[in-house]
Amino acid sequence: MEKILLKNIDKPESHKIESYIKNGGYNAVREALKLGPDDIIQRVKDSGIRGRGGAGFPTGLKWSFIPKDPTLDKYLCCNADEGEPGTFKDRAIMDNDPHLLLEGMMITSYAIGAAVGYIYIRGEFEFGAKRLEAAIDEAYREGYLGKNIFGSEFSLDMYVHRGAGAYICGEETALLESLEGGRGQPRKKPPFPALAGLYGKPTVINNVETLACVPAIIEKGVEWFKSTGTEKSPGPKIFGVSGHVKKPGLYELPMGTTLRELIYEHCGGMRSDKPLKAVIPGGVSAPLLVPEDLDTTMDFEAMGAKGTMLGSGAVIVMEEGTCMVKVAYITNRFFSHESCGKCTPCREGTIWITKILKRLEEDRGRPGDIDLLEELCGNIFGRTFCPLGDGAVMALRGAITHFRDEFLNHAAHKGCTA
Amino acid sequence: MLTDKVREEILKITAKYYNKRSAVMDALMLVQKDCGGNITRGDMEDIADMLEIKPHEVNAVATFYTMYNYAKPVGRYHIQVCRNISCALLEAERVIAHIEDTLGIKTGDTTPDNKFTLSTAECLGSCGTAPMMQINDNYYENLTPDKVDAILKGFE
Ligand SMILES: Cc1cc2nc3c(=O)[nH]c(=O)nc-3n(C[C@H](O)[C@H](O)[C@H](O)COP(=O)(O)O)c2cc1C
Ligand code: FES
Repeated sequence: MEKILLKNIDKPESHKIESYIKNGGYNAVREALKLGPDDIIQRVKDSGIRGRGGAGFPTGLKWSFIPKDPTLDKYLCCNADEGEPGTFKDRAIMDNDPHLLLEGMMITSYAIGAAVGYIYIRGEFEFGAKRLEAAIDEAYREGYLGKNIFGSEFSLDMYVHRGAGAYICGEETALLESLEGGRGQPRKKPPFPALAGLYGKPTVINNVETLACVPAIIEKGVEWFKSTGTEKSPGPKIFGVSGHVKKPGLYELPMGTTLRELIYEHCGGMRSDKPLKAVIPGGVSAPLLVPEDLDTTMDFEAMGAKGTMLGSGAVIVMEEGTCMVKVAYITNRFFSHESCGKCTPCREGTIWITKILKRLEEDRGRPGDIDLLEELCGNIFGRTFCPLGDGAVMALRGAITHFRDEFLNHAAHKGCTA
Repeated sequence: MLTDKVREEILKITAKYYNKRSAVMDALMLVQKDCGGNITRGDMEDIADMLEIKPHEVNAVATFYTMYNYAKPVGRYHIQVCRNISCALLEAERVIAHIEDTLGIKTGDTTPDNKFTLSTAECLGSCGTAPMMQINDNYYENLTPDKVDAILKGFE
């Protein structure tokens, strides 16, 4: 398959504008300016691309919600918060091919009528933020950003906004709160950001990888994009594999690649002779899958049908001998640490769950702890302000369903039987 | 007290936004870096003045995000070892224990010469090269005890 997302990252000086242009960059935006906004939105809709940030919302549809009124200010925000544990794909694009993201943002801004674009990058990505700022400077210098780009009516300013350590700022309305200079706590929806987003103005929020797909959709065309992937989840996807495989890393493959092919062909299989025990297919909010599920395809529908999700495409592979109680503890410790504190079920519930998992993990569990965990899950699920709490619960329920005996043994002080 | 240099930079940052308030995150980070670690109450009042917001609004931001070391000063080199899932699967605990042994401190503490602070961090987006750590602004990946020794020696 011809790569579009990771095609440049290993090239010399791939972060420089000269290198990007030499490899065919910034042709798509010129073409887009000839097409006009409506045509671009239609093409993106027709391509069937769905957001790569986790939720899989159809990108063209999202753009079409932006009011056409030319007197309204509009914004584009790129979600570069990349915080879902196991995820490390957006960083590769920003570090090594920042102009790909910039070009995607230029086309998107033009399509939705935005004159300002922000890249909200997580604070720890110092290197990536510097790369993006340097790339933005280069683009201004060449006249690709600023007033009357390529002699057209289109003007665009672009800025990097750095986070400061908060997973919740990846949730799109918390991101907006943070960008406006507040604590990163989610907002009530509706109104949706397409109508009232940044500074109360119509705003599109898209993930880095989503935006990085846009130049290829314009340049290579809708049919080309749809020729990879599945009917309902078309296009390429970056899978970030970590854990107990021989070759962890990033793999750009068609949507719909099976987990088996990903792990055993691309990643070289398990790192030792211990067989696979479980795999988290889409970041820690996604319920785990077991060896029987290896032939499931990695796309939004198939993962959903298995009761889990494609999420960010972060695949975490675990070998036999991995303690699932410990995995659940680490994951929920993360969620309780990152709960923003706005709503009670998530703020208090994740703390209680973490406390119980900690005592189970340390063999200090009590009889009935597993029932208690399930009861707590029931009190969180569907009752939180944003999906953070639901993610925590779904992942924990999945682990208990598949590895109940392991949890029970910990509760009965029988030690770890993993 | 904010230095003139910091004030000038904060002013420049406000130009990126429709509202000055949006500059508060960068402003706090600039001050933290400029003063070598700890943001004070006075700094927050100065930032509030510049951005035309209330000091408590700056405080609300300073206490929400983990990268601000407000009221928890760190040494010159802040070591943060990722303890989240992908790193844990590849024995991040061993890396943490090794650093504790080498520096003679526990996680959360600072060496008596104020050189190193050791903390743990949640996923830093570097899971394919686990286990990993961050020291100040830089990432160190695919860690082994030997590699950690060499990295720490580099700070001597
Ligand atoms: C708790 C939480 C964390 C999230 N973190 C991220 C993130 O780090 N990056 C991201 O792109 N989307 C994240 N999302 C999803 C965003 O809310 C949003 O759906 C996405 O940025 C939309 O872009 P897309 O349609 O291009 O995927 C998160 C959602 C939730 C609920
Ligand atoms: S889990 Fe350690 S960097 Fe992601």
